Amino acid sequence: MSHPTGVDQTKPHAAHEVHHEELGFWRKYVFSTDHKVIGIQYSVTGLLFLLFGFTLMMIMRWNLAYPGVPLPLIGGLFGDARMPGGTMLPEFYNELGAMHGTIMVFLGVVPLAVGGFGNFVLPLQIGAPDMAFPKINMASYWCLVLGGLTMLGSFFVPGGAAQSGWTSYAPLSVIAGTGQTWWLVGMIFLITSSLLGALNFLTTTIQLRAKGLTFMRFPFFVWSQFVTSFLLLLAFPPLEAAGVMQLMDRVAGTSFFMPSGLVVSGQVLTNAGGGNAVLWQHLFWFLAHPEVYVLILPAFGIVAEIIANNTRKPLWGYRAMVYSLVFLGFMSFIVWAHHMFMTGMGTAMAAFFQTTTMIISIPSVVILTSLLLSLWGGSIRFNTPMLFATAFLPMFGIGGLTGLPLGLNISDIPLHDTYYVIAHFHYVVAPGTIFGLMAGIYYWYPKATGRRMNETLGKIHFAGTLVCMNVVFMPMFIVGLAGVSRRLFDAGSGYDFAQGTMHWNVVSSWGAWIMALFQIPFIFNFFYSIWNGEKVGANPWDATTIEWAAPSPPPHGNFATPPQAYRGPYEYSVPGAAKDFTPQHEAS
Amino acid sequence: MDIPYTYHERRDTGLTNGKIGIWLFLASEVMLFGALFASYILIRTGAPSWPRGDTVLDVYLATFNTIVLITSSVTMVMAWASLMRRKFGTFRIYMGATILLGAVFLVVKYFEYSHHFAIGEGPSHSNFLAVYYTLTGLHMLHVFGGMVVNAYFWGPGSKLYQTNPVWFTNRVEHSGLFWHFVDLVWIFLFPTLYLL
Amino acid sequence: MSSDHGATSDHADHAGHDPADIDRHVKVYITVFVALMILTVVTVAISRFHLSVPIAVTVALFVAIVKGSLVAGYFMHLVSEKKLILAVLALTVAFFIVLLALPILTHENGFWIPEVVVDQPHTGAEHK
Repeated sequence: MSHPTGVDQTKPHAAHEVHHEELGFWRKYVFSTDHKVIGIQYSVTGLLFLLFGFTLMMIMRWNLAYPGVPLPLIGGLFGDARMPGGTMLPEFYNELGAMHGTIMVFLGVVPLAVGGFGNFVLPLQIGAPDMAFPKINMASYWCLVLGGLTMLGSFFVPGGAAQSGWTSYAPLSVIAGTGQTWWLVGMIFLITSSLLGALNFLTTTIQLRAKGLTFMRFPFFVWSQFVTSFLLLLAFPPLEAAGVMQLMDRVAGTSFFMPSGLVVSGQVLTNAGGGNAVLWQHLFWFLAHPEVYVLILPAFGIVAEIIANNTRKPLWGYRAMVYSLVFLGFMSFIVWAHHMFMTGMGTAMAAFFQTTTMIISIPSVVILTSLLLSLWGGSIRFNTPMLFATAFLPMFGIGGLTGLPLGLNISDIPLHDTYYVIAHFHYVVAPGTIFGLMAGIYYWYPKATGRRMNETLGKIHFAGTLVCMNVVFMPMFIVGLAGVSRRLFDAGSGYDFAQGTMHWNVVSSWGAWIMALFQIPFIFNFFYSIWNGEKVGANPWDATTIEWAAPSPPPHGNFATPPQAYRGPYEYSVPGAAKDFTPQHEAS
Repeated sequence: MDIPYTYHERRDTGLTNGKIGIWLFLASEVMLFGALFASYILIRTGAPSWPRGDTVLDVYLATFNTIVLITSSVTMVMAWASLMRRKFGTFRIYMGATILLGAVFLVVKYFEYSHHFAIGEGPSHSNFLAVYYTLTGLHMLHVFGGMVVNAYFWGPGSKLYQTNPVWFTNRVEHSGLFWHFVDLVWIFLFPTLYLL
Repeated sequence: MSSDHGATSDHADHAGHDPADIDRHVKVYITVFVALMILTVVTVAISRFHLSVPIAVTVALFVAIVKGSLVAGYFMHLVSEKKLILAVLALTVAFFIVLLALPILTHENGFWIPEVVVDQPHTGAEHK
């Protein structure tokens, strides 16, 4: 009986030949539905936005180190509305701060960690020919681009870009200038992009995994992307709803978040009132707390792959790690109000949220400890990916541990909204997640390009960045403990209590500017190696997971014949085996 | 290259890709409307006074709309059942009816909205109206979106039936799931806004 | 192999969905339709009694849940859907309840300064 489409689905070869037409430049490289092209698009976009967000911060750090001093060389570029005579206005600082946060989180880390690594690696690692919905995949990337363009465009509207923090708290955000409306519209594009991506990843992982690849044989990276996708799918929509409501408040004069009797610049506002500013916080943090796990989970996944590969040992406690990941994902939905301890919450609910927050630290610790224990007794190869992956562990450890006093209501009271918080979350995201992402770039670059990146440049990039990260962020704990608030354009230079720690701002700023210099070897390496890197075959790292069975780079459709999984993902140093690694897809 | 399980179920999950995809999407929509309902609860309980729905809105018009939408859900599922019976002509009749009923719903809402606007009752007039317009407005966008997809399957998209009736039937089923969801949301919206 | 074996015939593609099955399903759809119409009339009729808000909310919610369950169960075929889908939906419902309950619980447990409406003599503008 002939198949309805005229193509016999039991013969992938035949299907490939029947459908193979040569696509033009635009369909092959720009409007591609191939997950690898889309993954690279996401990655390059994400990296560009990371660089842009980093630049915004470098400008901010000038006024934090030298408040009121004109910015040399480039100070005149920003115009009188932002930097009259080259000195930063507080409004400009707020613009830089709000957009730094927004861009780093939503346009930098998530597109790279989820859109980039998830798209490129996931189908290959599960032995699939592509994502379940290739056209939706392409749509999700272009939604990201629209969101990014909207966010960038917002810098050019009257009044500038959003300047009410990446958290956009009401009522300030509701009465803010036009840039905030652009922020809200941009967020709607970005949320749509993530929702489409999430349902694609979940469907692909469940349905397109290779024969023999059961859930407990998944590489940890696959599990991390799987749980991340659930978080994105279920946590983002409330922020989308909140964004719509804030747009209604701003544009249609409603009062979802506007309390009655607000007085702005001496004028009583004439809106209906009766709204609830804390409602915005609930809806925002309902997303934003799971969002921080969206930021870290892919990095856990990447680090796990690299550690197993470079210790030539299976991961320690794989099962416990998987259960922890799932438990963490679930718990992440019921901790959010630990960001709101200072909103007038009663003791019962404060106790509830601090309890769930303490509980959620357990799976994090299990995962981190398992990764650490995985190093024990390994034959460790200290290549650049492994350096970043190993450094991730203590850096994330510092970030995680310093979160504990913030998660407890009583100790959060003096620490909330101080530099301590900034130090805590940057440790988890910057030398935490971003180190994981860097590790991933060095590790999977050969698969994507067929060439290795230069190891010497990689080690310089690593060493310089590691030192600078700590120079930037460690002093901020001290500054925060001294009581200095975040989001002050001059780092609190007008306050007596801040005087004793002002010098630390200079240290942090120089650490940041020097860190920028250490990214140059990486940027150079990234492009130079495309044409001049050492050529490699399918499996340059002698790894066990299925993506290394495909050629480097893989062709459209990935595998000549669909692979099959015969064992777990980390069969390294199996006693009696000929090689020190037994690939997952190799029949015995 | 062909993606497997596009219209054949995978044996261990028993599902096609599209079935999982649409349910995941609907799960996200549950959270979207959930946030709006949560907001409604918080704002209403925090308000010194809140009008009963029927004192501001037209219950009879909305009851008519409820009947319209529920009927359209039936015609939608009958459209899919017709395809399962391989009766393409009947499918087109039922699908056409579904789209038409959706249009009726939108027309009624247009009259509701324009009546309120005519007497100065816009979204900024009160929090009750702010919630009303936002909830029904977002719901209307979903009705419209569903109609567009249904129209595609009634029209140009129906060509797929000639080459792959199984896949076409599945896609109509998935579109139907979205349409039923839109009806489901209205089943909760209607009493919340109009009767309480 | 990544694709299904053998099932290339139109009629065998949906297990348990031969013509007799469809007829049974259609009977169910009509029954559910009638039930939904009746429940719609019921919920509107009850609202005319202007019960106290807590009771009105409970009754209306109960009727809505029954109606919604009929749509979800029979029109959306959840009564015969695979475990995976039901599991995803159960998870979603759990988080939906969290989203509905926790903000209001937090608000009720809070320390709120009562709203003070400020009278500004110079604006002349009413805030409603």
